[in-house]
Amino acid sequence: MNLLSCKETSRLLSQGEDRRLAFGERVALRVHLAICKGCRNVSRQFRFLRQAVHALAESDAGK
Amino acid sequence: MRPGEFRSQIEALRPYLLRYAGLQLRDAAAAEDAVQEALLAALAGEAGFAGRANLRTWLTGILKHKIVDTIRRQSRERSVSDLGAEGEADESDGLFDARGHWEETPDAWEQPEGALGQKQFLAALEACLQALPERTARVFMMREHLGMETPEICKELGITPTHCWVLLHRARTALRLCLQTNWFGKS
Repeated sequence: MNLLSCKETSRLLSQGEDRRLAFGERVALRVHLAICKGCRNVSRQFRFLRQAVHALAESDAGK
Repeated sequence: MRPGEFRSQIEALRPYLLRYAGLQLRDAAAAEDAVQEALLAALAGEAGFAGRANLRTWLTGILKHKIVDTIRRQSRERSVSDLGAEGEADESDGLFDARGHWEETPDAWEQPEGALGQKQFLAALEACLQALPERTARVFMMREHLGMETPEICKELGITPTHCWVLLHRARTALRLCLQTNWFGKS
């Protein structure tokens, strides 16, 4: 079983937004996230960024 | 549709389209050109719209192609040395200790969805995007704003998937830290 560091987890969380992770990667992520609150927060924040960019396109904040 | 009606409906969407293009291109003149080209293509291709439900979605699709054309043109004009300028520096250095653990555990964000409707939050987000290095921002917005898949982005920019993922991770990390500092960390 490959244990991830937080650094590797952050990298994989980002890649998970861009490609389908391999089964082993998904398992390793799940194990790490179960014990690491910081990385769980990062996971939500990466996903939130996508929503935020969409909200930006719908707004007229730039004017 | 009456003659002229199609044109005026299209014109009404111009501000939205300008904003859409501007977010990706970060250059008002280039955004203006891309929108102009898209509107001309739309007027010429009115028949292609017949029967489709959503004019804005259709126009945005046309505009997306024009934006990618612009990006392709720009990356051909840039010299290789420019492209290398955002080298291998790793933003995540300093975030982690030698064993790869967080130096400072990332905090949870309170009700982030609630911020999405707030003008000030969107302005803070836009400022964070502006602060990203150009190439990093470009890749991130191609992915998240234009909704392109990584292989397409790599193809257009002539970079490897690995490099693409590095830039995307770098962008997300920088944006996360910027929003933490300028929005969610403030109370």
